Amino acid sequence: MADPHITVRGVTKVFVAQDSKVHALGPLDLDLARGEFFSVVGPSGCGKTTLLDILAGLAAPSEGTVVFNGKALTGSVPDGIGVVFQQDATFAWLTVWENVAFGLRRQGREAAEIKRRVDHAVAFMGLAPFANAYPAQLSGGMKQRVCIARTLVLEPEVLLLDEPFGALDQQTRLLMGDELLRLWRDTGATIVLITHALDEAAMLSDRIGLMSARPGRFIDIVTTDWPRERDSRIVSDIRFGSITGRLWTQLREESLAAIGAARGP
Amino acid sequence: MISTRFDSLLLAAAFIVVWQLLHLAVGADVVSSPAATLTRAAALLQNPNFWIDARSTGGAFAVASLIGIVGGVGLGLALGLRRFAGDVADPILNTVYSIPKITLYPIILLIFGLSLSAKITFGVIHGIFPIAIFTMNAVRNVAPVYRRTALALRLSPFATVTTVLAPAALPEIMSGIRVGIAVTLLGTLIAELFASSSGIGSALIRATEFHTVVDIFALTLLLFLFAALINAGVHRLERWVRHDG
Amino acid sequence: MRVSTVGIVRTIVVAGAFVALEALCRFGIINRLTMIPPTEMVAALWQILASGKANADIAFTIVNTLTAIVLSIVVGFLVGAALHALPRVRRPFEPLLTAYYAIPVFVFYPLLIVAFGVGRTALIVMGAMFGVVAMVVNTLLGLDRVPPVVDKTASVLKLGAAQRLILVRLPAAAPHLVTGIKLAVAYSVIGIVAGEFILATAGIGKRIAFGYHDFDNRTMYGMLLLLLILVMVVNGALSLWEKRLHQRFGQQ
Repeated sequence: MADPHITVRGVTKVFVAQDSKVHALGPLDLDLARGEFFSVVGPSGCGKTTLLDILAGLAAPSEGTVVFNGKALTGSVPDGIGVVFQQDATFAWLTVWENVAFGLRRQGREAAEIKRRVDHAVAFMGLAPFANAYPAQLSGGMKQRVCIARTLVLEPEVLLLDEPFGALDQQTRLLMGDELLRLWRDTGATIVLITHALDEAAMLSDRIGLMSARPGRFIDIVTTDWPRERDSRIVSDIRFGSITGRLWTQLREESLAAIGAARGP
Repeated sequence: MISTRFDSLLLAAAFIVVWQLLHLAVGADVVSSPAATLTRAAALLQNPNFWIDARSTGGAFAVASLIGIVGGVGLGLALGLRRFAGDVADPILNTVYSIPKITLYPIILLIFGLSLSAKITFGVIHGIFPIAIFTMNAVRNVAPVYRRTALALRLSPFATVTTVLAPAALPEIMSGIRVGIAVTLLGTLIAELFASSSGIGSALIRATEFHTVVDIFALTLLLFLFAALINAGVHRLERWVRHDG
Repeated sequence: MRVSTVGIVRTIVVAGAFVALEALCRFGIINRLTMIPPTEMVAALWQILASGKANADIAFTIVNTLTAIVLSIVVGFLVGAALHALPRVRRPFEPLLTAYYAIPVFVFYPLLIVAFGVGRTALIVMGAMFGVVAMVVNTLLGLDRVPPVVDKTASVLKLGAAQRLILVRLPAAAPHLVTGIKLAVAYSVIGIVAGEFILATAGIGKRIAFGYHDFDNRTMYGMLLLLLILVMVVNGALSLWEKRLHQRFGQQ
């Protein structure tokens, strides 16, 4: 791959407790192309969140390197990377608008610029009617939109999402997936989505990385070849079934291995 | 809701009726009537001697509250922000909190004598512990995703504490302050009841010794109203914080 | 048993505090008239207990406290359960319950003395008054926190009202009930011992008050130590029980 956005080489993660070592992840190699939509799926406990933390710079790998825009990560979150977490990270004491403006304010930008960018992000994520509401008054899906808007407004090159729709019902998830695609096309950012939902990975991504049971390593990379202009209705494409089938056949074995059951035929 | 208001009024009315019946049953020597109590309370409010006592209690209570809040929040923050220190201190704080502070009264009296400092110290040792414990827990209980968000937004440690952790912990800290203020008042009054120096507590003791029952009732009523007012005030503050927090 | 760093540091901190206190007293930095060394406190307590002189007073306090505790718990639970079953009555009472501990309940002491005289009844009533609301509040909390799905399960299993209360709701509310008991105990002790200080007629509180007035520090501190030990042991045991229940219930 020429000029990858992010390069992962030989990354492993070992957690050392008082009297035991847990080999949680790796060794992993991965190249992420600029502007691609990449999903990571895998059985529970395979280290997906750990991988995201390492890509973001929130955690350091035990071995190996992560290179972002040609510079190696040094244990802190670099400029240009945005993260959306699984749990509700909205600040309960700020309104929706103030939540979205938070990151920009901390950067010390001019009030006029903040207003322009926040107004745009709020409108873009469909939050305009709720701009003055507090998070407690919003549904789970709306709260995640706020978190996405708060990250978006900082115009990241790379957007990392850790199971952001995990707490939402299926139909809301599908709509949020469409939102994510719209956002992706509009900003041209590189997106890495961690998800346990195969259909979600299959319909949203350019490529899907399938991880093994712990310690997580990539056992397959599936390329979808979807057109850039797509939404959740891609499920009716003929190839959708074979993609999810390919993912599930391998994932099923890994999941069974993860819960220690005997391998089936 | 109209029915809630009505029920509360009903309760208040029932309370006054029971009070009056009790008065009729056991006589004015044991229980003053509601009417006599209110009259005497009104008279006290116009009596300069009452206000001397009230200022003594109020002043000590105010100073003790201030010290308790500043000390308690400071201690709680220090222990809450540093995980190791907090882990070490948690059971120690809770054990000391569970010790009846009255056991320390004689010791404090020995140190300070019958003085204002003793009264204030009584108040402080009552209030500082719940405030510190609540504050420490508030900081420690801030959702982990908030810390990760602060890291993802690349905030400095100082900005993390002031713009994320502090507002997130504030509602619970306010709860602790409300409890702390209440027990500080308790401590101040117990100091006066026990050491009988000056203030409303000692006025109560005097009334008990002279068996002026109506004074006991009137003073109790006024204290009750004062405590309820303070509690309502802090509660209002707490709700305002929670609305924004 | 795994020894953790936190535990070691904590032990050092506590032991260090004791050693420091002992040193400050022995070297006269803390005046003997103000405080005697901790080791002498232990010796004084031992002497008092061995001589049996204080047994009547100790018994007086313990009986008072136990009575007040039982009253607090039983009355508190019954009132709490009743209020929970009658939401219409509960609503106006609720703000009073939350505000109760904001009011210095001690102000009722003079009233109790007037009503019951200078004796153990006033003390027990005070102790019970102080502890009962903690039990009411926690009973309400515990019964509130019984998840509706648990009640529905009881219905599906066709349990009668009494069975439902005893077999399902009470155990489900147990963690909070134990918290209520712990608080009721703590508050009752405070109510009774403080009363004994003020009245100074009998009990451990009286011994402490006399010790203070007679400049008899050995007696005063010996009895204070006894009180401290009793409280810490009981509270410690109840805290352990509370913690275990909360853990078993997954920290509800």
